Amino acid sequence: MESVLAVREASVGYGGSPVVKGVDFCIPSGQISVLIGANACGKSTLLKAMARLLKPTSGEITLNGTRIDKISTKALARQLGLLPQTPIAPEGITVSELVGRGRFPHRSFLRGFTKEDYTAVAESMDSMKVSDLADRSVDELSGGQRQRVWIAMALAQRTDILLLDEPTTYLDVAHQIEILDMLTQLNRSRGTTIVMVLHEVNLAARYADHLFAMRDGKLAASGSPEKIFTESLVKDVFSLESVVSPDPVSGMPMMFPRGRYHSESILRKNI
Amino acid sequence: MSRLNARRGVAGIACVIALALCAALSLTFGARSVSFSEIYGGLFGQGALAMGELVVRERIPRTVFGLIAGAALGMSGALMQAVTRNPLADPGILGVNTGAALFVVSGIAFFKISTLNQYMAFALAGASVSAVFVYFVGSLGRGGATPIKLALAGAATSAALSSLISAVLLPRASQMDSFRFWQSGGIGGSTWAGIKTVSPLFLLGAAIAIFACDSLNALALGDDVASGLGVHTGRSRLLGASAGVLLCGATTAIAGPIGFVGLMMPHVARMVAGPDLKWVLPLSSAGGAVMLLGADIAGRLLGRPGEIDAGLVTAFVGAPALIVIAMRSKVRSL
Repeated sequence: MESVLAVREASVGYGGSPVVKGVDFCIPSGQISVLIGANACGKSTLLKAMARLLKPTSGEITLNGTRIDKISTKALARQLGLLPQTPIAPEGITVSELVGRGRFPHRSFLRGFTKEDYTAVAESMDSMKVSDLADRSVDELSGGQRQRVWIAMALAQRTDILLLDEPTTYLDVAHQIEILDMLTQLNRSRGTTIVMVLHEVNLAARYADHLFAMRDGKLAASGSPEKIFTESLVKDVFSLESVVSPDPVSGMPMMFPRGRYHSESILRKNI
Repeated sequence: MSRLNARRGVAGIACVIALALCAALSLTFGARSVSFSEIYGGLFGQGALAMGELVVRERIPRTVFGLIAGAALGMSGALMQAVTRNPLADPGILGVNTGAALFVVSGIAFFKISTLNQYMAFALAGASVSAVFVYFVGSLGRGGATPIKLALAGAATSAALSSLISAVLLPRASQMDSFRFWQSGGIGGSTWAGIKTVSPLFLLGAAIAIFACDSLNALALGDDVASGLGVHTGRSRLLGASAGVLLCGATTAIAGPIGFVGLMMPHVARMVAGPDLKWVLPLSSAGGAVMLLGADIAGRLLGRPGEIDAGLVTAFVGAPALIVIAMRSKVRSL
């Protein structure tokens, strides 16, 4: 079944003036969507609203046409998974236990783990390549391993849509690529719709099927990276002068910031 | 079977053995020690009983109450720590103890309460009112009832309530005595009536705790993750906290405030069995029962020919343990 997540004229805030101001779009199902934008542009807030952590002050967010706050929390959690920015791993929890907690929305009171629960946990750990770590304590893991475990936890929820808030923060470049490759693999093999906030715009342009660029709580542009990721968009969204050219590896657009001290060679070339 | 499961199994068996041992010791030791035949006579004898057998019979309710009260405190501590996600939280954290104390003191001072049921009613009312108040203050502002705000609100409320207690007590020297008896915290005065009053509340609290167990486990991953998993964070916190208040309030009403059992035992349980509440709750209840009964026995032996209240003994053991917990680098927000 295809699940369609739509944001309809939604404004979201924390009391006071709204951070997201009347945004309207539809998440393309079965694709990887990435939200980009400057700090405090409202992209994380928007993601939180899509996960129902925040309620829109006006407008609505719907899943297959139903407002998400009208769906029971557990039923929603079976369709929509979330990995927030700062999850907490309780001291001493093992990898398999943590991943197992992702089964919460599928379980019922006083019933132990079913065969289906075990299968889902094992498969999720498998696809994130953390099966060998199953009995290890999460505290002992490296940052990259830990992030894979958290994604496996969200996968164990077995949802059609997965929302991730900056899943690559604090990771070195190799682990960033590793995580993004695994998410791509997940999208390609299972058709999971992935929506994430990324800070690293070049990686966003490389991995996204669909980019949503935000500025001041509004949608500045949306579309495939090839179409919308241009010098003028970077200027518009980040107030940054740059050169955008196809990256030599993937051919996707890549942004080179000008900055104040390193623009001579470019200038010379242009002359 | 993984090493963790093996450890959990061993811990469970060890708890059963320790409980049996403590119960036996509790019947045996005291101001007057008794022999095995006297214990048997005291437990199963009919008609006229010898002196030693009577002593044993006197110690039965004390032992039973000690087991229930210790279990209630241990479980209550585990719940409070889970709800506030604060490793240093104990039943005192939501102002439960001081709230109960203030109501009991006011009851003694203004309403001349003296029976068990009255103590219970006042203590539970006080515990709930202060818990609700702390929860309300703690949920003001952005982000709702976060662990840190709850802990701060609890500490501030406790301080305020303590000074109110002094304000009620100081001008009433005569009533200080009956309050002091209650406040030192011990199980020496246990009666069957007390056990009958406390048991249903204990069972209710434990039932709620079991019901809330899965959601509290999810809550341990942070509020955002828990919401993403479909947990009603506010509702689960409320359930967990009310179970904790019920367990601790009921015990406090009869035994007076007994500290450190609820603080220490969940840590011990987590060290042995990991953070899964399905194990932490039963293990810290069992551990709480062993600790309280052990403290009571120690108090009887050390205080001869009189007794030292169990609450004082747990404080002596618990204070250093608290320092160790606070210093252990591995302890961090749950």
